[in-house]
Amino acid sequence: MIYNEEFETLPREALEALQFKRLQQVVLRVYHTVGFYRKAFDDAGVKPEDVKSLADLKRLPFTTKQDLRDNYPFGMFAVPMSSVVRLHASSGTTGRATVVGYTKRDIEHWSELMARCFVAAGLTKNDIIHNAYGYGLFTGGLGAHYGAERLGASVIPISGGNTKRQIMILQDFGPTAICCTPSYALNLAEQGQAMGVDMRSLKLRVGVFGAEPWSDKMRNQIEDVLDIQAMNIYGLSEVMGPGVAMECTEGRQGMHIFEDHFLAEIINPLTGEVLPPGEEGELVFTTLTKEAFPLVRYRTRDVTRLIHDPCRCGRSHVRMDRVMGRSDDMLIIRGVNVFPSQIEAVLVGIDGLEPHYQLLVDREGTLDTLEVQVEVREEAFANADEVKVLQRTERRIVKDLKDYLGISAKVKLVEPKSLQRFEGKASRVIDKRKI
Amino acid sequence: MKVEQISVFLENKPGVLEEVMKALKEANINIRTLSLADTSDFGILRLIVNDVTATSTILKARGFRVSRTTVVAVEVPDRPGGLHSILEALGGEAINIEYLYAFVEKSGENAVIIFRYDNPDRAIEVLQKKGFSVLSGEKLYSM
Repeated sequence: MIYNEEFETLPREALEALQFKRLQQVVLRVYHTVGFYRKAFDDAGVKPEDVKSLADLKRLPFTTKQDLRDNYPFGMFAVPMSSVVRLHASSGTTGRATVVGYTKRDIEHWSELMARCFVAAGLTKNDIIHNAYGYGLFTGGLGAHYGAERLGASVIPISGGNTKRQIMILQDFGPTAICCTPSYALNLAEQGQAMGVDMRSLKLRVGVFGAEPWSDKMRNQIEDVLDIQAMNIYGLSEVMGPGVAMECTEGRQGMHIFEDHFLAEIINPLTGEVLPPGEEGELVFTTLTKEAFPLVRYRTRDVTRLIHDPCRCGRSHVRMDRVMGRSDDMLIIRGVNVFPSQIEAVLVGIDGLEPHYQLLVDREGTLDTLEVQVEVREEAFANADEVKVLQRTERRIVKDLKDYLGISAKVKLVEPKSLQRFEGKASRVIDKRKI
Repeated sequence: MKVEQISVFLENKPGVLEEVMKALKEANINIRTLSLADTSDFGILRLIVNDVTATSTILKARGFRVSRTTVVAVEVPDRPGGLHSILEALGGEAINIEYLYAFVEKSGENAVIIFRYDNPDRAIEVLQKKGFSVLSGEKLYSM
């Protein structure tokens, strides 16, 4: 199903014409209203009038997270505060928070885009949506909430945390869909099982998961433990929040970027050069309709690739592949680039392991070391009271990490539930290197 | 004539074994015999207890990975050559021993050896045919 058929299936030519018209307006507006952009454009020697086609986008300078931090809190806003109706902020775990603002029209667009996402996931106004994304400064909760209301579905604004209560509500209110991070979905399933609840018999049929990188194998696992269809959503607060891109039930391969609102590019994170179609690199966004917080060539740090093939759902919008990791989360272990999500993919491919793991990076002398700690699964131990069976599992992990990723790691099997559980975004890397 | 043994996966870190023992103490579980296999980062604790079901439930409730495995308990006189006589009896039968551990009965006359065989049924059959005393679970748990 498609929520806004007119815009979501716009033929490529018409879509690009619309994008170009909107891009020209954005560039002109930011140049004249945001001091940062005027200076950045001047420094790069480009004027808004130089944008004569979509191909001229690459002449414009990039905007980085650091630029947003430098202009904390409101320096990047393109409208006066009297026009701003909402503020959100990023968690700021890796530095100063970044603050984003929305006009009334921005909120309307955002609600529509989230409604498009829900419809792409197969939801209708008859669904009850359990929204376990955090409400507050984080964009997840309210973003999904407004989209669900726009669709006309019933929203349970449960927010994050208080897992036991969530499980009670899942049983009693009978929601048919759930929104949260994929790691929290597994956490819910696990705690529900521990409470003796048959998590597969709940009324849930669809999950809309995002806000952190996850693998296809993790998706299979979530679908299995909750007996639902798990759908991948993408977004980031700087660009808007959740609902920048969404997977469709028909294709289930890659997320459609709502191109009438956002322009996407893939660049080489080291050189900044735009990569040919289909190549993997850092995702860069330019917002086309945002009023309060427009962004020109914002470097997301998310590593993915764009899929230009037509999709069977009928949407004309380009798809982005699953996020492989972040160009700044990327671990470099003895010179080999590796993302935690890749390690996760290896681990969930091995029987007998829980998807709960932690990566410890350290340096001995001049050598980087990686220790992978992973929990042993109940069923696996049930037929393995012999040391050799467990050691075989350890060796298998070591071998698979070496074979698939080319990294040498120390593997440690740990007791169940001994690793930290996450209610929001999982952070599985502990880097003790002092470089 | 098989015996159930409790195996517990333990991470190699201080205090873990104490935690298991505390749980057993609180539940008034008595251990007949035990063995602890270790590697550099994990260990497996194997226990013969007076109440297998209760032990399994208690430890699982505390979040331990627990398995119940089938072992064979053989009673031999406590004198030189006791263990050898069993191994000799099984020689040529192509039955593999995964691990074993032993204890001496309270009377001091007999020793009990706990075997984990790859084929326990066959091992019991051979041992009984050759006149060995293979102990039942009930007898062992209540010893």
